[in-house]
Amino acid sequence: MRKLFLAAAAAVLAMGAAPASAQNKLKVGFIYVGPIGDFGWSYQHEVARRKLVEALGDRIDTTYLENINEGPDSERAIEQLARAGHKLIFTTSFGFMDATVKVARKFPEVHFEHATGYKRDKNLATYSGRFYEGRYIQGQIAAKMSKTGVLGYVGSFPIPEVVSGINATMLGAQSVNPNIKVKIIWVSSWFDPGKEADAAKALLDQGADVLMQHTDSPAAMQVASTRGRFAFGQDSDMIKFGEKSQLTAIVNNWAPYYIERVKLQLDGTWKTGDMWGGLGTKTVTMAPYTNMPDDVKKMAQDTEAAIAAGKLHPFKCPVVAQDGKTVECKGGDHLDDGQILGMNFFVKGVDDKMPGK
Amino acid sequence: MGLVEAILLSVLAASTPLLLAASGELVAERAGVLNLGVEGMMIVGAACGFAGAYFTGSTLFGALCGVMAGTALAALFAALTLGLAVNQVATGLALTIFGIGLSGLIGAGFVGQRIVPAPHLFVPYLTDLAFVGRIVFGQDAFVYGSLVLVLAVRWFLYSTRPGLVLRAVGDSHASAHALGYPVLRIRCLAVLFGGACAGLAGAYLSLAYTPFFIAGMTAGRGWIALALVVFASWRPLRLIAGAYLFGAVSILQLHAQGAGLGVPPQLMAALPYLATVLVLILISRVRRSEGTAAPAALGIPFVPDR
Repeated sequence: MRKLFLAAAAAVLAMGAAPASAQNKLKVGFIYVGPIGDFGWSYQHEVARRKLVEALGDRIDTTYLENINEGPDSERAIEQLARAGHKLIFTTSFGFMDATVKVARKFPEVHFEHATGYKRDKNLATYSGRFYEGRYIQGQIAAKMSKTGVLGYVGSFPIPEVVSGINATMLGAQSVNPNIKVKIIWVSSWFDPGKEADAAKALLDQGADVLMQHTDSPAAMQVASTRGRFAFGQDSDMIKFGEKSQLTAIVNNWAPYYIERVKLQLDGTWKTGDMWGGLGTKTVTMAPYTNMPDDVKKMAQDTEAAIAAGKLHPFKCPVVAQDGKTVECKGGDHLDDGQILGMNFFVKGVDDKMPGK
Repeated sequence: MGLVEAILLSVLAASTPLLLAASGELVAERAGVLNLGVEGMMIVGAACGFAGAYFTGSTLFGALCGVMAGTALAALFAALTLGLAVNQVATGLALTIFGIGLSGLIGAGFVGQRIVPAPHLFVPYLTDLAFVGRIVFGQDAFVYGSLVLVLAVRWFLYSTRPGLVLRAVGDSHASAHALGYPVLRIRCLAVLFGGACAGLAGAYLSLAYTPFFIAGMTAGRGWIALALVVFASWRPLRLIAGAYLFGAVSILQLHAQGAGLGVPPQLMAALPYLATVLVLILISRVRRSEGTAAPAALGIPFVPDR
């Protein structure tokens, strides 16, 4: 019932936004899964949208719909944007994938860009960030900073993006301390500050002393700060919530991509494709390294430079899976993109069972 | 601190907002008004509570702001459903959507700001007692307040004359009206009380539970509070059992995951709801002969004869 009304509200918003814009400007739409005030995933997309308006505001109008539920609701919201004359629409969550594919088929003249998905079409491009590169660095730092040798990981859903993040963290941590352990708690939500905080508390209570999260609010950082433990920010710099706790944060930087794609659309040369940028393209950036000794900081900076330069790959072969089998090496000396994008196994050293396996 | 103690502390914290909001809604429903706007009143309470505490540095003032914000939204609901006899279900849903939007607007400037978390009680010696110390003597005021609130609601409903009148209004507004009781005024007060409690529950989230404000931070807790009222079959003391059962299952499933029991997390996440449904079925089987426990006039608008 509530979802229905939210969708209706979103639809009204979309229609209301339509007639206000000028005739000749390109209309660009954005769909966010969370509120722009989540200070995490959706917030970073909103930051990029504002930069886009700053850069090209005289030639485009932008509309965004926030708090759109994944699933059928999102299909209605995306279709509303398309009907309202938006020619380029960014759908910014994995769960919008099938809805975006459907609407893209219905509106062949409209161009769509879907974040973190893998289904493409001639008018549907995908883009994402190599967040696992940042997680590898975080794993190294965590292993250096942990006294108990147990890391705590607050996960959202066991989808490949999150799983590859856990694996990259562990590979990074194992490069420092081969005996490092990780405890994983799935909260089955991208955004529920209370639940994220409860999960963080549970992890600390069970002996983890460095927290990482793959959920969208700063709750875990806040808990770490209250308990005097270390944590990593997620999606955006969360230093405000843990001045003495944040070691670093993976900061998503979508602005360059949005500006580039909108320019192509304006020039009439937009083409479908797949962008997967990492530290090298600055799609993924690291917040300042704080609350750690200089040698750890130096190690982190060296690793960051090596990954950005392509000298170090977090998934360099051999990668050994949880069951002890070596994973087939399809990318030469590292796993190829397809293997990382579809990752559905834990690496050796993760004790948790892969959900659903 | 032992693991069991840590778990109990987390359970208390997780159950408190549900208990606060559900107590208020229970009183409103016993008076015959179904207010589905709990989630909306809660989130506005969270935003205003945080704002109040941010400017004054006082948790108490913040909580007061939360209470007032919840009451203000409830007043809007009362004006529409009692004054104009608008459909309660539709108005309640609209109130939730309105509240979520309004809280985002109020709270926009406070996202990323910090406040001092609500202080916890500290009694020398007692709080340091092994195991029970921090659970019994080391909570924040909200936790104690929520329990006092439920007991007070129970005392009011079952041991006072105004409580009896309120229940009469909820069961048969026509009879109460015929006896000369001011049905609409009583319902209005009950709705305002419900709003105050929901606002307080929201303030608890942004002042004590996770001391920051973020849009949408109630994440459906208002709806769970609504369900708890049904779960408790409109009896205050059963609210305590319901809220703590729900809180306990929510926290335990997280710990079970951390301990690596290997149960699928999707099933774990559904456990609190599954447990609630199971208990509901059991209760309904036991009390089938007694008929429905809901106030007879719940959700029915009352328009006095002119």
